[in-house]
Amino acid sequence: MHAPHDETYLNARVGIRSWLLTTDHKRIALLYFAGITFFFFIGGIAATLIRLELITPGPTLGSPDFYNRLFTMHGIVMVWFFLIPSIPTTMGNFILPMMIGARDLAFPRLNLLSWYFYIAGGLITIAALLLGGIDTGWTFYEPYSTFYATGYLILAVFGIFVSGFSSILTGLNFIVTVHKLRAPGMTWYRLPVFVWSTYATSLILILATPVLAMTLLMLLAERVLHVGLFSPQLGGDPILFQHMFWFYSHPAVYIMILPSMGVISEIVPVFARKPLFGYKFVVWCSIAIAAIGFLVWGHHMFVAGQSLYASLAFSFLSYLVAVPSAIKVFNWTATLHEGWIRFDAPMLYAFGFIGLFTIGGLTGLFLAALPIDVHVTDTYFIVAHFHYIMVGGAVMGFFAGLHYWWPKITGRLYPDYWARFAAILAFFGFNLTFFPQFILGYLGMPRRYQSYPPEFQIWHVLSSAGASILAFGYALPLFYFAWSILRGSRASANPWGATGLEWSTRSPPPPENFAATPTVVRAPYQYDQGKPCMQAGDV
Amino acid sequence: MHGFPWWPATASAYAGTIDFLFGSLLVVAALTSGLVFFLLLFFANKYRHGSNADRSGAIRKTWRFEVAWTAATLLVFVGMAVWGSTIYLRLYNPPADALQIFIVGKQWMWKAQHPGGQREINELHVPVGQDVRLVMASQDVIHSFFVPALRIKQDVVPGRYETMWFRADKVGRYHLFCAEYCGTDHAHMGGWLTVMNPRDFANWLEDQGGQTTLAAQGEELFRRYGCSGCHESGGTVRAPHLEGVFGSPVPLSDGSVVIADERYVRDSILNPKGQVAAGYAPVMPTFAGQVSEDDLAKLVAYIESIGPERSGS
Repeated sequence: MHAPHDETYLNARVGIRSWLLTTDHKRIALLYFAGITFFFFIGGIAATLIRLELITPGPTLGSPDFYNRLFTMHGIVMVWFFLIPSIPTTMGNFILPMMIGARDLAFPRLNLLSWYFYIAGGLITIAALLLGGIDTGWTFYEPYSTFYATGYLILAVFGIFVSGFSSILTGLNFIVTVHKLRAPGMTWYRLPVFVWSTYATSLILILATPVLAMTLLMLLAERVLHVGLFSPQLGGDPILFQHMFWFYSHPAVYIMILPSMGVISEIVPVFARKPLFGYKFVVWCSIAIAAIGFLVWGHHMFVAGQSLYASLAFSFLSYLVAVPSAIKVFNWTATLHEGWIRFDAPMLYAFGFIGLFTIGGLTGLFLAALPIDVHVTDTYFIVAHFHYIMVGGAVMGFFAGLHYWWPKITGRLYPDYWARFAAILAFFGFNLTFFPQFILGYLGMPRRYQSYPPEFQIWHVLSSAGASILAFGYALPLFYFAWSILRGSRASANPWGATGLEWSTRSPPPPENFAATPTVVRAPYQYDQGKPCMQAGDV
Repeated sequence: MHGFPWWPATASAYAGTIDFLFGSLLVVAALTSGLVFFLLLFFANKYRHGSNADRSGAIRKTWRFEVAWTAATLLVFVGMAVWGSTIYLRLYNPPADALQIFIVGKQWMWKAQHPGGQREINELHVPVGQDVRLVMASQDVIHSFFVPALRIKQDVVPGRYETMWFRADKVGRYHLFCAEYCGTDHAHMGGWLTVMNPRDFANWLEDQGGQTTLAAQGEELFRRYGCSGCHESGGTVRAPHLEGVFGSPVPLSDGSVVIADERYVRDSILNPKGQVAAGYAPVMPTFAGQVSEDDLAKLVAYIESIGPERSGS
């Protein structure tokens, strides 16, 4: 054990400049945490207002334009400034170099630059949303965006464009780091699954984000300069916009979910005290998801007027991309077999993830079936489905990882009772919020409606009731984490009995991560009768 | 409030087919998630830390499980893909003798034009048991024509015709929505699909007052816009005659052949140099911006009416 006055990355240097000009991946991760948390609560406030608005069938809080701006804000903030950067830039930044035994990322200054791109883009977009907002929805469909949208569209789109550089540079940084900075003995098949999934995510980040950048630039060129690209009035094709938009935005779903799958693959073996079942299958499933994920964008366009044969192919490929996800669920479940299972807060969040992701994934199979998609696309069925993946999946994974690595990041423990309570609350609140929306969707309730036929009201009321529970579940960690920083007892190097390199060094880690570069002697998640066998050998 | 509505109204046999597919997928999903959740809870309880469960049978040959559940998953998924696709194909095969109604979407209303010239807004009246084909255009942004009781929707993209067809089998009034976000009053762009007995429908058409048929209105426009000057005998410029053209193959100057459907006729009016009929000079001026979607529908209906005889329309 190390004495508390030892130097850590937190106390090695002091002052605001030491944070804003830092190149330490751990400090940059904390900078990202600050940004992510801010945007999560902005998006969450918008979500709360949406659910309040929908309690009655008519207008409740404001005009239709107010509502349209609200859901646009919710979508833009949650997708680009929370979900996409959430796990990679925070836990990826903090943990990935430590997991492979590196001192930092390959390009520390580029890493800091990424944060500035993210914050600059975020503030520009937030400014646009607060100055009066925009009414396009986060999808910016054409020709609406060029000729019919009102508000600060150009500013908001420019902010998203800027933050894209953060995605690209972060992805690049991770890929080079994993290739070049692994500690001796850290072979590819000894990498923790979180590293593999972050690597797969990074591939998508650098391959898909430039397409979004092009699409947004083309949108701006058309709106500002009237260059005919997407609008039929100017000789353009609205479907072309959808192809380009979804070529990025479908893989973006995997940018959101793959890191969470990585987190769950870390937590389940640790709290079951067992190796991950089918390690190689799980890691290659991540790569398969990243690859096939690029070939399914057309399933967003089954009723948009693309060709019949395109739809048939995209339906088939969508079923194909679901296979590796299903395999992962089976492997997590099988990992529990003959384990020594503990139910600390990270594990409860992981259970929640598996349950909600399973429902989200299975309802994806309904949507991949062409004629069912025709009926339920653009209804609440879609809304429920992607919230099960993105909130039930990605956000649950984010909270699972946050609770798992919190002692490592802060060097403090949190009250486990309250954390487990929050996990259970979020799980039930989530289901009450979003399960009724499946029913609403099949009934035919279209999305993005401020007013709706009164027979749908009961399901909306239930959904809004669930949202209030969910909001409470998400707000609770703010309090016990704050308590943890101020009063929490100090965490040992390895409080969970995990095996990865990040648990071989102090909590919180010293600025250089490891006193000496560790040598890796075995695969991750090895346990002997429930006792961890550290990847770095004896500590 | 209206109790707990569980299932949408069903107005067509096709809707029943979709419900059966949906129900079958529900069963598969319930069995799969039931199995996963049962195993999760069962293992979580049996192998909880501190339990005395036997842990000596750890699975060694994990690849056998991987191959088994990968193959099983793939098989089930391919089955679902094929089943869904065969049903989907029906949407692309409209019956030849369907009643054809033109629909124009604009912010924020649906306008319908019946062959007899009757017009309605945010309402659509159709006879029960008859195939109906909608030819749809948008005047501004993308809209989506959605009738939940029929389990069908189709985006209406500006700049082109989209079509959809259905046969309602049950008399009644059903919600009609716009499903693609289209601006301020998106939620109010819709109304009712009214399915009527054939006799009631005939009376309803009658009650709309004496109308000139859509094709007759189109014929008048055909003269007013000057189309007839070239496209009819005695014209000063050599242009293809349009009698009997609709629905038949047209050889183009680039060597390809297109079927002269609604989309081709519309494109030929708005972008005449795009697909020039073989043997003719590309001299026709564009009418883009001069002919409204409503008038385009009338012109198309006229060209269609002088095409080869179609039974039932």
